[in-house]
Amino acid sequence: MTRDLLTGNAAAAWAARLAAVDYIPAYPITPATEIVETLADWVRRGEIQSRLVTMDSEHSMLAAAGAAAATGARVFTASSSQGLLYAIEMLYAVAGWRVPLVLVNVARAVAAPITLEPDHNDILAARDSGFLQIHTASCQEVLDSILIGYRLAEHPDVLLPVLVNLDGFYLSFSREPVDIPDANEVREFLPTYEPVHARFSASHAMAQGVAVLGASAYAFFKYQMQRAAEMAETVHETIATEFCRRFGRCYGSVEGYRLDDADLVIVMSNSFSTIGKAEVRRLRERGHRVGLLRLRIVRPFPHKELVWLLGGRRAVAVIDQNLSVGKGGILFAEIASAFQGRPAPPMLSFVGGLGGRRFRPGEFDQIAAAMARAAHEGGSSVPRLLYSAVEYRQVSEMLRIAHHDVPASVV
Amino acid sequence: MQTHREIFRSIKDIPREEFLAGGTGLCGGCGGLLGLRLFSKALGPNTVFVNAAGCMTLLAVFPFSPFRGSWLYTAMACAPAGAQGVRDALDVLIEKGRLPPSDDVSVVVVTGDGAAHGIGLQSTLAAVHRGLDFFYFCYDNEAFGNTGFQMSPSSPLGSRTATTPPGSTAPAGTTTRKQDLFELWRAQSPPFVATVSPAYPLDLMDKVARAKRRAGPKLFLSFATCPPGWGVEPADAVTVAKLAVETGVWPLKEAVDGAVTHTVVPHRFRPVEDYLVVQTRYRHLFEPVRQEELLRQLQEVVDRYWASAHNNNG
Ligand SMILES: Cc1ncc(C[n+]2csc(CCOP(=O)(O)OP(=O)(O)O)c2C)c(N)n1
Ligand code: SF4
Repeated sequence: MTRDLLTGNAAAAWAARLAAVDYIPAYPITPATEIVETLADWVRRGEIQSRLVTMDSEHSMLAAAGAAAATGARVFTASSSQGLLYAIEMLYAVAGWRVPLVLVNVARAVAAPITLEPDHNDILAARDSGFLQIHTASCQEVLDSILIGYRLAEHPDVLLPVLVNLDGFYLSFSREPVDIPDANEVREFLPTYEPVHARFSASHAMAQGVAVLGASAYAFFKYQMQRAAEMAETVHETIATEFCRRFGRCYGSVEGYRLDDADLVIVMSNSFSTIGKAEVRRLRERGHRVGLLRLRIVRPFPHKELVWLLGGRRAVAVIDQNLSVGKGGILFAEIASAFQGRPAPPMLSFVGGLGGRRFRPGEFDQIAAAMARAAHEGGSSVPRLLYSAVEYRQVSEMLRIAHHDVPASVV
Repeated sequence: MQTHREIFRSIKDIPREEFLAGGTGLCGGCGGLLGLRLFSKALGPNTVFVNAAGCMTLLAVFPFSPFRGSWLYTAMACAPAGAQGVRDALDVLIEKGRLPPSDDVSVVVVTGDGAAHGIGLQSTLAAVHRGLDFFYFCYDNEAFGNTGFQMSPSSPLGSRTATTPPGSTAPAGTTTRKQDLFELWRAQSPPFVATVSPAYPLDLMDKVARAKRRAGPKLFLSFATCPPGWGVEPADAVTVAKLAVETGVWPLKEAVDGAVTHTVVPHRFRPVEDYLVVQTRYRHLFEPVRQEELLRQLQEVVDRYWASAHNNNG
């Protein structure tokens, strides 16, 4: 094992290297480019035995990735934002082929307007595709989740591809100390990929991605995917336990922070949850019994764990870093639905952090106060959009300089 | 007719063995299927067909496949990218000793003209640019067949499609010229580019045999009578395909390393009209009034093509 200062992107590249991936189809997009550039460098120096091919788009990239996995190779690739959306058609196809691969998404908000900074509308647009989703909060977790991701994707009871999400800029370009496990130890945890069903060869003809006539066959395949995703919950637990034993770092579908005695719980995901944890510490100092729950695995959705950990709290606030326009936070809706048929704590929905916008300490004060009120008055599913007077003034000023009128509808 | 053949010289040279079984759900007289069947006969059983959305997508219907080899349906835009993944994975697995070289297979893209000329052109030209070692079989029925015969960039001037019906503002039906896929490919200097027709099986199969000896991208642009779309009887599919060659509308040719040779050249060309009158997709050119000017233009396009082909000795 070595310990090095790695960006999230470099950690992702290291994971692909340690997984000894055979094939890397690539297409550039900021802020994910560094991952593939790093791998390209290693390929050119002969440090890894992988083939890297520059494709003509993400749509083609995923087609090549899935087809290579269907032929029996271990495949890695990465994208972000517009790129992930461009590939969505093929995400559905590849998941439907039931072939394992790991796709890293470096989260970045989606145009329009165009930006480079993160939120989670890109990754959550892939939510229903059949890819399993792991959302990471540190560079170390990026590396570890990719290794775990291959074991999960290749497990014969699962055979679904895996998306590992890391936030653009906040993780992609932040250097953190990362333990890089020894290649031989990784080999023991993650042996060479032996395809169970998917391979094309002269002695093994196979029809893949075939048409179905009639809904009974179609639903048969889709329900198998649902069952596999349900299986993935326990399979992940087993794999993560083994990972923990071998490498000393332990992961669950969710991560609790100061939850034990918490009355009020904030739910977040990804890198901004570290901001959330700092705010929890600050709020605790002010006497609020607050804790944080980070949703790490979004697919399969950890219904039971959430109900177990959130049930009985005095109030819950879900902070979504995404916006389903006309509805609100996507994860709020998912978490609230987990309580269907059971007594749920009062829940509040907040949307913020869009386009990389940082949360402000004052907002957490308001969230804590709103939760305290909700504990008596009950929750609400109507989303509250976090936007401050300061921000509104900034935009107004820009518009004034450009000689435009200022719309009043946002505030 | 002037011909050029090396291996498949007589009908007796055609193997009896079938690698694409009959009884599929495609239309009777489908020229695309006939071409694909001959193509796969010449190629042999060790193949992966990578397909883009179109009529041929309905060849493999769960839980059956008519192919002796493998099949992968991708999506409409990206069959060549799928072929790239399969080819690369085979290469890597063989290199690493995880697949014996004897287990290698030929990778073939199967796609209609709509995908080839339109939504899939980007991934196609990109695969050619990368020098991917694959066969590309495009059955050209000159429209989107599967979705009800709408205009594609391959639809010829003057033809009726579901989205270019002749009307008072456009009596010609399709007002654009057929996009030249052969030349789009040739511009990138792949080792082998050919037009073929199921009505000329020896020519088709001989080209496959020649192409098999070459690594890199290899195009087979196959004429494909589409009985429902063209308004011809299934039984006449081959006759119509013959007429296309005899009138000079569908030149049979190949470009090996860029140099074009016409492989079947009629001694005397029949008038283009002979080919047009037998299809209802051209009926508006003849009734209620003959569109003389358009008919003249259509003949002229063919004449000009052959004049330049002869001048270039091609
Ligand atoms: C992205 C996308 N858009 C549209 C379609 C619908 N579609 C299925 S087949 C087809 C027509 C294909 O035409 P062509 O490539 O000429 O093949 P043919 O139908 O003639 O066999 C279309 C448009 C699709 N499958 N995918
Ligand atoms: S619609 Fe045309 S191309 Fe499609 S199967 Fe029928 S005959 Fe063949």
